[in-house]
Amino acid sequence: MVSRRLFARAAVAAGALAFAAGTLVSAPVYAAKPLKIGFSMALTGGLAGAGKAALIAMEIWRADVNKKGGLLGRPVEFVYYDDATQPAKVPPIYTKLLNVDKVDLVVSSYGTNEIAPAMPIVMRKKLVFPSLFGLAVNDEFKYNRYFQIMPAGPEPKTDWSKGFFELALEQNPKPKTVAIVSADAEFALNAAAGARKNAKAAGFIVVYDKTFPPSTTDFSPIVRAIEAEKPDLVYVASYPPHSVGMVKAAREVGLKAKMFGGGMVGLQFAAIQKNLGPQLNNIVNYDFWVPEPTLNFPGVKEFLAKYQEAAKGKGVDPLGHYLPPYAYAYLQVLEEAVNATKSLDQGKLAAYMHKTTFKTVVGNVKFGSNGEWATSRVLMVQFRDVKPNDMAQFAGPGKRIVLYPKAWKSGDIVYPFNQ
Amino acid sequence: MDLFVNAIVAGILLGAFYAAVSVGLAITFGQLDIVNIAHPAFVIVGSYIAWILNSRLGWDPVLVGILAAPAFFLVGALIYRIYYAAFERTGQESLSGLAFFFGVMFIIEVVLILVYGVDYRLVSASYLGKNIDLGFVGLPLRLVVPFVVASAMTAAVWLFLSRTFTGRAILAVAQDRLALQLMGADPVRIKQFAFGLAIATTSVAGSLLIMIGPVEPSLGRVYIGRAFAIVVLGGMGSIPGMVIAALLIGVVESFVSSFAGPSWAPAVAFGALLITLAVRPSGLFGRA
Repeated sequence: MVSRRLFARAAVAAGALAFAAGTLVSAPVYAAKPLKIGFSMALTGGLAGAGKAALIAMEIWRADVNKKGGLLGRPVEFVYYDDATQPAKVPPIYTKLLNVDKVDLVVSSYGTNEIAPAMPIVMRKKLVFPSLFGLAVNDEFKYNRYFQIMPAGPEPKTDWSKGFFELALEQNPKPKTVAIVSADAEFALNAAAGARKNAKAAGFIVVYDKTFPPSTTDFSPIVRAIEAEKPDLVYVASYPPHSVGMVKAAREVGLKAKMFGGGMVGLQFAAIQKNLGPQLNNIVNYDFWVPEPTLNFPGVKEFLAKYQEAAKGKGVDPLGHYLPPYAYAYLQVLEEAVNATKSLDQGKLAAYMHKTTFKTVVGNVKFGSNGEWATSRVLMVQFRDVKPNDMAQFAGPGKRIVLYPKAWKSGDIVYPFNQ
Repeated sequence: MDLFVNAIVAGILLGAFYAAVSVGLAITFGQLDIVNIAHPAFVIVGSYIAWILNSRLGWDPVLVGILAAPAFFLVGALIYRIYYAAFERTGQESLSGLAFFFGVMFIIEVVLILVYGVDYRLVSASYLGKNIDLGFVGLPLRLVVPFVVASAMTAAVWLFLSRTFTGRAILAVAQDRLALQLMGADPVRIKQFAFGLAIATTSVAGSLLIMIGPVEPSLGRVYIGRAFAIVVLGGMGSIPGMVIAALLIGVVESFVSSFAGPSWAPAVAFGALLITLAVRPSGLFGRA
């Protein structure tokens, strides 16, 4: 009896000790006040596909950083709200984040249209603003604490399409005429404006230059109108549904341009790549990361493995090559700045971010004075040997050959487009 | 010349698809006077069902649209019952009913997002991506198949409404409910059937939409204005009028895209709507 009672007491004591030990061990992380990072994100609406994928990547970063003890010894928490891809919802979200939720740091939602409305609020509070895929947002605001992770370069509007036109200039016989067509929306109009400037600088004659409404269903009349002008190059700036429509219409009409593509959003997404299949072959389009050997940055494969596991069953891009590595990287930038300055002082963080070259899963990132990448790395990739109905083929190299910039080149162009 | 002919042909193909999207709305909004703002959201549900069975079992999207139509009919009939009990019976259908269908639309979108996510969905079929070339006229099967199916469905609905007792009762219920009751028909049951029929058409329209282009949960919003405009232009409830209006909008959009610039297409199409209503307020085939 005695030994049984002793055993029970010992067990209780051991349990209490274990509990106390557990509390002590985890005290540095869990006792500290959480460090809150606030943002709005497009989780519903037209940009939700990218927004949800970005959130998965950001949550992977949060798990990674908390595993290392958090930031400044504090566990990282996210406070975020769905902006439903509606720019009008963004200002009240950031107002609430700053005045009610009292977040310590803010980062942006995804996309130009969602970033721009947050700028006046963030600027009023003089906050560092890492942003995710905004095209030339800071051209108007000229805010010196804006840091944009998309590798569009110091002059985003023109750098976006520079590669397309530089590649065209290298071809023989040299193309002479170009058609520019874009969706009537913020990003696409900016991309088309840059393409227009690049085309004129390169001496191409613009024979077609029109926009289409985002509600367009059938693109064959547009492609036929372009084909009637017989352009050598066709530069398209469009969002995913339009990009699919333009590619299908171009193949159905039998577009005879020598180069076709440029600024089509959506051709980077695995589901669309699988559906379009061989219709993609020879299209030259922008991209930011593809699984070519020249872009094998430290940590990117490990990150993508985590992302692809986390993305299963969530109805987002299963491969995650386009946006997720950058959504992880813009938080890596913030992480390094906070750790290096040991501070949340926005001035110190901004100064550090301006002078530092950051090592991230998307390679080295150095910001220029306007908060864009100091050097452009907008890739021009060409779809090659794409087979029908096979998503797995896009997971490895050989299907999206990097043609531009030369530093990251993994193959030569097939020219003309419609062989 | 070839650009001109191709613009007309593309417009007709597109217009037939618009008719498929709008035919159900011509019944609910045009004939039953129910502002079903959620109609395009049901079209998106049709697209998702086509996608699910196409991607998992390899079924043809059109076949899925037709097979799923009876289920859509039942859902439509149930929704009308709820709408009738909550609003129509108490005479609150105007504003509260509109809010109800807004709610239905948002619920559909959110459920699709929660269950299937927000990625773009597409279907594959052996004939998609192929063309029929008749001289200089190109007919992409991606648009020809929706044209044929949409035409057949619209014609079937029109024949049903104009040749059968139930169809004529549907036409009558909006005009003189009391007279219909005197003829021995139950107006509520007739409207329930009509609403079910209207929602059944969205199953087929959805399968056609996803053949034309990629679909995501909120895409239905793009078609709200267009579908209502087509029904109003056609004359609020006239199926032949709705078809003519859909073809007109399709051809105008295609023609303007080809010759003036695609950004003008909605302005010209809706301008045509305004001019028509100014000259003929009851629409093309509406009763004055």
